[in-house]
Amino acid sequence: MLGWYAAHSKLIDQIGINALLALSLSIGLRAGQLALAQAAFMGIAAYVGSIGAVEAHLSLPLAMFAGAFAAASVAALLALPLGRLRGVFLAIATIGFGEIARIVEINASVTGGAEGYSNIPNDANTAWIYGTLVVAGLALVAFARTKGALAIAATREDENAARGVGIDVARVRFGTLVAGGALAGCAGVLYAHANFFIAPSDFGFGRMEQILVACVIGGVTSSLGAVIGAAVMTVLPELVRFLADYREVSTGAILLGIVLFAPDGIAGLWRRRV
Amino acid sequence: MSALAVRRVTVRYGGVTALEDVDVDVAPGSVVGLIGPNGAGKTTLLNAMTGVARTSSGTIALGSTRLDGRAAHSIARAGVARTYQNVRLFTNLDVAENVRAGAYRLPHALGDLAVIALLERTGVTERDLRRRAGALSYGEQRRLEMARALASQPAILLLDEPAAGMNPLETHSLGETIASVARAGVGILLIEHDMSLVAAVCDTVVVLNFGRVIARGTPREIAHDPAVIEAYLGS
Repeated sequence: MLGWYAAHSKLIDQIGINALLALSLSIGLRAGQLALAQAAFMGIAAYVGSIGAVEAHLSLPLAMFAGAFAAASVAALLALPLGRLRGVFLAIATIGFGEIARIVEINASVTGGAEGYSNIPNDANTAWIYGTLVVAGLALVAFARTKGALAIAATREDENAARGVGIDVARVRFGTLVAGGALAGCAGVLYAHANFFIAPSDFGFGRMEQILVACVIGGVTSSLGAVIGAAVMTVLPELVRFLADYREVSTGAILLGIVLFAPDGIAGLWRRRV
Repeated sequence: MSALAVRRVTVRYGGVTALEDVDVDVAPGSVVGLIGPNGAGKTTLLNAMTGVARTSSGTIALGSTRLDGRAAHSIARAGVARTYQNVRLFTNLDVAENVRAGAYRLPHALGDLAVIALLERTGVTERDLRRRAGALSYGEQRRLEMARALASQPAILLLDEPAAGMNPLETHSLGETIASVARAGVGILLIEHDMSLVAAVCDTVVVLNFGRVIARGTPREIAHDPAVIEAYLGS
């Protein structure tokens, strides 16, 4: 068992980090927000946490707090101009923001530029990653029973009708973007502290696409679905490694299959809906 | 319960005047009908009352609380609930969640018994609280929308063509529901084309045409008003 863990620990850790990222995106998707900036939030927090750890010797919890706070603050600033955007326009604007963040990371000296940032303490082990995942998951499950969760669901369903029952839609959208940014920030710091080294290319559109596909596979409004989707998206490329250059095709094929045969994702298969 | 007072409200969209100097009062426990030909400005007035449309001038107040200029959610929290011309349920949420969402402004969440009581009060026959709202029949959806509106314990209830698509039996039942809600002290503004329903439940009727009030009075007075007859039938 220990031998199996030792051989697969990197993959196991990566599943946990991707699950956190998928959960972070699902928070916004629950409110109907297709804001695709999770990879950018992850990158911002990864750099803040890493620089804090290397330069100011912050411990992992403090680095996580600093990274998550930075990502949430950027998300809050981003939420203001994005407040009026919906659907594909919001998606395009946030993808654009992700590219801006990546280019800043490439050109800033403090981030190490395109060569990346190294010597990050390797103190984010499996316990830290899955501990964070469990805390985030439990928080989301507890939140699901509150009026706030109902307000988020109502906002997703029909913004005008939600306003009509007294829900402050702008506040819901702001809150979900910031909360999602903070959780993506936690994932970013854990990623950096689990890998010694980060580079701007780690937080590009490819990463964002992976997170989105994980959410779609799992079911966009389900916490457990997001975790399962992340696990599938992390393990699958390893299982089809024998396909060599064609293994990326598996991602597209799975996504196509889910959209065609289970449009509500894996979570939709166990939900009782008439 | 507070009264809703609309005073000299004008709504303009660019160069188009949708409403001009409209006055309407809805007292607690009264049912006011709002009728007029298509395009008269009825739904625009409802939208102005609920913050969906901006007023260009005039005031809207609930008791001593000014509503004009406030955001839609803030007006709903003040105690103004509404239904829509085209049903706007949260279709992927279940029946109970829809009713509970209606009670969002209240400090406490509704339990299943309170939800069932509201469904019974509005004539919703569906008892599977976990059933998806979008899977209900059209009539059930309309009644569920009313249950959602009543869940907020509103001071004022605005109903936009609630009988649209209903058969005479369902319309009669709807009339009884409206009357019982009014008896509980809720002021109701009813936009409706079904004149038998308007005559049965309304204390007063306001008639709009081209954005202006052309008549007001009891249903009987309105039925014989020459200006109203001309608006509907032409001169």
